Amino acid sequence: MIISIASGKGGTGKTTVAVSLALSLENVLLLDCDVEEPNAHLFLTQKMGKKRPVFVPVPRVDEKLCNYCGKCSEICAYNAIAVLKDKVLIFPELCHSCGGCSLLCPENAIFETKKEIGTIESSRNGNSIAFVQGRLRVGEARSAPLVSEVKKEIGIERDTIIDAPPGTACSVIESIKKSDFCILVTEPTPFGLHDLTLAVEMLKKIKIPFGVVINRSDLGDSRVENYCCKEKIPILMQIPFSRDIAVAYSKGKPIIEEKPEYRDKFKKLFHSIEKQIQEN
Amino acid sequence: MVVISGKGGTGKTVITANFAVLAQNKVIADCDVDAADLHLLTKPNIEERHEFKSSRVARIESELCKKCGKCSAVCRFNAINGNFSVDSIACEGCTVCSLICPEKAIKMEEESSGEWFISKTRYGTMVHARLGAAKENSGKLVTVVRKAAKEIGEREGADYCIIDGPPGIGCPVIASLAGVDFALIVTEPTLSGLHDLIRVAHLARQQRVKISVCINKYDINLENTEKIKEFCSQSDIDIAGEIPFEKKIVESLVRARPFLEHNESTEASRRIKKMWVKIQDVLHEV
Repeated sequence: MIISIASGKGGTGKTTVAVSLALSLENVLLLDCDVEEPNAHLFLTQKMGKKRPVFVPVPRVDEKLCNYCGKCSEICAYNAIAVLKDKVLIFPELCHSCGGCSLLCPENAIFETKKEIGTIESSRNGNSIAFVQGRLRVGEARSAPLVSEVKKEIGIERDTIIDAPPGTACSVIESIKKSDFCILVTEPTPFGLHDLTLAVEMLKKIKIPFGVVINRSDLGDSRVENYCCKEKIPILMQIPFSRDIAVAYSKGKPIIEEKPEYRDKFKKLFHSIEKQIQEN
Repeated sequence: MVVISGKGGTGKTVITANFAVLAQNKVIADCDVDAADLHLLTKPNIEERHEFKSSRVARIESELCKKCGKCSAVCRFNAINGNFSVDSIACEGCTVCSLICPEKAIKMEEESSGEWFISKTRYGTMVHARLGAAKENSGKLVTVVRKAAKEIGEREGADYCIIDGPPGIGCPVIASLAGVDFALIVTEPTLSGLHDLIRVAHLARQQRVKISVCINKYDINLENTEKIKEFCSQSDIDIAGEIPFEKKIVESLVRARPFLEHNESTEASRRIKKMWVKIQDVLHEV
């Protein structure tokens, strides 16, 4: 089973829930797909192991073969190539690696070289959970390709928990697509509610079943709860605000370490999701 | 100036809204186009609505399609499935399939990716936007919002453009930082906050933007607040302010009002005001 954890709004508690959920279960793979700002590793005591770079193809022009016809620039949907009178300029930060220019250059003057966009680090030691994170190179504009690489680590032997980035755009979709269920973590404030409705719209578009966890559930009002009831969205768990949890979080301590009674609650959360998936 | 954070949920939008209360003669922009929230506090009256059409999606015309498979062989985004229909969410609009199809069976269709708005608020003119769910090109939409805000600012003779930025370090953040005079990084005294601050500060430095840091909810963990101050001092970054955690701020958020509008005399409000004065000085210098 693959469970992703998303939110819409940043800072609602995705990593908090993802980490404690993974630590409460056995034989689980935790993927940190928030490659722009991966935080899950801060809450895990296991040592990070292998690290490997991830590359995407970007074009390079062999100016000996190029006749400056400009077809590559015409083809490029992202303005990543500019052809001047006797020079070709490539802007790798705009390139989407579609391969069009090298494929369609009439002179075969464009070849692909690789650009490093970040790294993937994994930690699979002994009794602890298997953990993989992606870390985007600072300055790299697009995170979706790196997220896609991280997700290749998913196997059938373990259940997978995916910590997704905030928002509703392409890197979030890349993180949560093909998961069996998505937990939306929210907070009972107008921002929480507003961004939750955006996230719900996104999930309905990609047709993934979902449910809500309300974090800091007593710090706000009841509009999120009312919205969930009205839309028949299951509220899977509520986590009341606790300064102890906030302080523990600030030190990199997962909830289940600070409040061990949450271990059972996260186990129950997992089983209720399992049941919902089987029923559908 | 833009307000960014690296980590989500540190308080960018709340602080931006309070600057909107304090600053005179400004234009406001919400560049967190993925999950825009500033309007919930500023309550804009939309005066102009514009469609954001930034990308195209391939469509295969089944009557012309001979199912040769050349399109799916070249598609780098796994957007063409076994039935020769295009997954519009996966499609990135590169047009290679339409160029390569021997039957000319693939058309590129423009897609509406969202909307952007010019509005009036009680704090001044505001430019904001909504990127459609699952859409690409948030960076482009940010650029559109920034351009409109700049034009309006020049027209109105505004002194400042105050931008609520997105979390992370990806393309919408890069687009929010481009050509800006100053970025305030709002962080929190958590390991996550510090980790993410380091990355977004690195990004801002790469983009050659002057930065200062605001430590929000600083009293949740004084040890981490010190670590953040140490990092800033080593990196030659000023601390613009340290704001305490106050439940009143959450309460005013729940009532959807900028905190400073009706909370003049708490420690947090004093420090936010002091921070704005400091930032004004930096902006005048720059």
